[in-house]
Amino acid sequence: MSEAAEAAQGKRAGAIWNDLLRFGMREAGVAVALVLIVVFFSATAPYFATPENFLKIFVQIGINTVLASGMTFVILTGGIDLSVGSVLALCTVVGALIMINKELPIALSIPLALLGCMGVGALCGFVNGFVVEQWKIPSFIVTLGMLNVASGAARVTSNNSTITGLPQPFVDFGNLIVLGVFPSIFLIAVGIILIGWFILRFTVFGRIIYAIGANEEAVRLSGHNPRIYKVAAFTISGLTAGIAAMVYLLRLNVGSPIAGIGYELNAIAAVIIGGTSLSGGKGSIIGTLVGACIIQVLSTGLQLFGVGDNVKPIVIGTVIVLAVVLDAYRDRFLRVIESR
Amino acid sequence: MDNPILTLKSVGKRFPGVVALKGVSLEIARGEGRVLLGENGAGKSTLINLLAGLYPADEGEIAFDGAPYAPRTPTDAYRAGIRVVHQELSMMTQMTVAENLMFERLPQRFGVVNYRETNRRAAELLAEVGLDVAPTTLVSRLGVAQMQLVEIAKALGHESKLLILDEPTATLTSKEVERLFEILRRLKSRGVTILYISHRLQEIHEIGDQVTVLRDGQLVATQALAGLSVPDIVRMMVGRRIKDEHAFRGDVKVAGEALRVEGLRINAHSPPVSFSVGRGEIVGVAGLVGSGRTETARAIFGADPKIAGEIFVEGERVTIAAPKHAVRAGLCLMTEDRKGQGLLLGLSCAENITITDLKKISLHGLLERDVERNEATRLVQELRIKTPSIDQTVRNFSGGNQQKVVIAKWLFRGSKVLICDEPTRGIDVGARAEMYGLLWDLAADGRGILFISSDLPELIAICHRILVFAQGRVVGELPRAEFDQHRILSMAYEEYGLERSS
Repeated sequence: MSEAAEAAQGKRAGAIWNDLLRFGMREAGVAVALVLIVVFFSATAPYFATPENFLKIFVQIGINTVLASGMTFVILTGGIDLSVGSVLALCTVVGALIMINKELPIALSIPLALLGCMGVGALCGFVNGFVVEQWKIPSFIVTLGMLNVASGAARVTSNNSTITGLPQPFVDFGNLIVLGVFPSIFLIAVGIILIGWFILRFTVFGRIIYAIGANEEAVRLSGHNPRIYKVAAFTISGLTAGIAAMVYLLRLNVGSPIAGIGYELNAIAAVIIGGTSLSGGKGSIIGTLVGACIIQVLSTGLQLFGVGDNVKPIVIGTVIVLAVVLDAYRDRFLRVIESR
Repeated sequence: MDNPILTLKSVGKRFPGVVALKGVSLEIARGEGRVLLGENGAGKSTLINLLAGLYPADEGEIAFDGAPYAPRTPTDAYRAGIRVVHQELSMMTQMTVAENLMFERLPQRFGVVNYRETNRRAAELLAEVGLDVAPTTLVSRLGVAQMQLVEIAKALGHESKLLILDEPTATLTSKEVERLFEILRRLKSRGVTILYISHRLQEIHEIGDQVTVLRDGQLVATQALAGLSVPDIVRMMVGRRIKDEHAFRGDVKVAGEALRVEGLRINAHSPPVSFSVGRGEIVGVAGLVGSGRTETARAIFGADPKIAGEIFVEGERVTIAAPKHAVRAGLCLMTEDRKGQGLLLGLSCAENITITDLKKISLHGLLERDVERNEATRLVQELRIKTPSIDQTVRNFSGGNQQKVVIAKWLFRGSKVLICDEPTRGIDVGARAEMYGLLWDLAADGRGILFISSDLPELIAICHRILVFAQGRVVGELPRAEFDQHRILSMAYEEYGLERSS
């Protein structure tokens, strides 16, 4: 073998090693953290490592995971969506009202409710995106407005009362546990994540979402219209808020205008802990799923430890900030690897 | 010189890939008016920024007012008695004129601002520069010329020993300029030293005693201004020649027109611009920064709006209202701000290359990664982009390699017309030569190239034709046989002088 070829071989081996290291750091970093947390609680907290507990966690991450999957799209473009919690509330009201309508057969009312939730959610998201792009207003402000508008709309539509009496088959489906391991709610959440992952990773649309977050002006000058894609990202976030509303109805069986208060912050936390950058262009939706798991595992684990509800937020808040700090270090480390 | 206020001894400064200043030594006497001249990129701004404390010098010594001077921050510069009026205005636009003027030493009692006193003193300063606005006006409501006067007033408000003005008259009317000179003369008589930069060669005699000329980061000469004519000065500024004559590969062999622009106007005040670029032709665009070169390029491409004008690509009229129309029509724009507008820094080399034409690497909206990899790998090899893998993020690339990625992405799109705005800025000599070769290959393939550059020798070396821009219009067009640095530079500058005297 010539010297040059040998050098190339050596370089290639180095490159593979670098690639592995990079993959590990970038994709698996948060997952490793999750595993460590689970191992820690399994070893120390009573009842943590029981099938019942894991089932409970699977059910509990459902709503937040669905909300956070749409949020990931918005944050990847460099925006934020504060309205998802109250859009969820509005959608639970709409969905519940459709389902308790006695004139509709159940076979029709349940799909209609799903469509209604998705439609109302997507519309709210579209309005968010349209206003942001049409008048160049920060999404923080626009979605803060929508937070209030949707919340008010939910109260008006529901006459400010909770709506109960959902059809029994629907309630049963919410309690269903497939193969004795996977709650239906968990499967829905994972399904949404997989669809999001597919879109972001394998479609032209997903590529442009990342590119906009990396440099919107460069995307524009490369011959695309970033505004359409940004409006679409907000619409997707609204859509997933609608789906999350259905998950909420499956789990709690009531439509409520005061559902979802503060959910937007949990969703944002899941996205951020999952390694997506608030300035956009960097991150993954699988990370978002892991982020949602971390939040829930911490919450459950701390509870089993006997840490009260008052102290829990202190720990979780610290973890959110810590995750971003570690992310900054990871970035620096990755840059060192890549530049050598 | 006895007791100079400012002494530089072989001062040097380099940036990644570029030597911005090299071995510059000069002395300025107390109370002198010194004019600093040089083409774009000659090192004037670097020199000023060193003195203003924006970044430190790499080599050499600076002494100011009899003591060694090495400012770490702009505040150090103020404390030493150096005030700079930068070309780019830095104002707090949502605050009043008075607050801006007095910001560094607001009259106060127990931490509470005394607005009456603030406004009174501000009014005095405004009167001194002859700016007739109320001290309580919001800066955002002022025009650019008025803001410039406020900046000058702000500098006057502080006792300074050395006042540096970087093109203060670029936006002022002749009356305001007269007033400014009056003030500067008064300051000089008080013993304040003035370092003055301007592209308007006609006016520098008004204020300057001596002139220092920089070229390519080095000092050319310092001379007394008295008796120097404008042509003399231009001669001093005219720079090196590129020795490699092989850069130019001969006449156009491809027939036909690549791009034609007719009557393009950016706004109601701008004159119409018309020109054309043939297939296989490299047309250079010379002119000072702010002469309308970049603005014209961006308007053609649809990156900024225009109010009139027709654009033809290979003879066919195209309507361009947004960059996507331009890209579809076969145009491309390599912006001067590579990182800010050209690259997706956090994304991979392959992703950067294919962003211009995602249809080519997808089927029904789904990415075909193997096609993408093949295409990207082909271009990386063709342009000799140095990277261990096409998956590397372009953030870590050198300037030259980043620029090649930008070219690659437009080659991927198959653009017919390349508009390159300062494509060799911040790129080292070797990479430059490679860039010229690349542009020539592209031209030989039948593409038309519009090459905007502040580096005149570079334009002269590789272009078929040069357009000279000044004041937003084409003031001259020279075929290769008539290329002459002196002449081009005179055209670029003269327009400003003529405008002043009329």
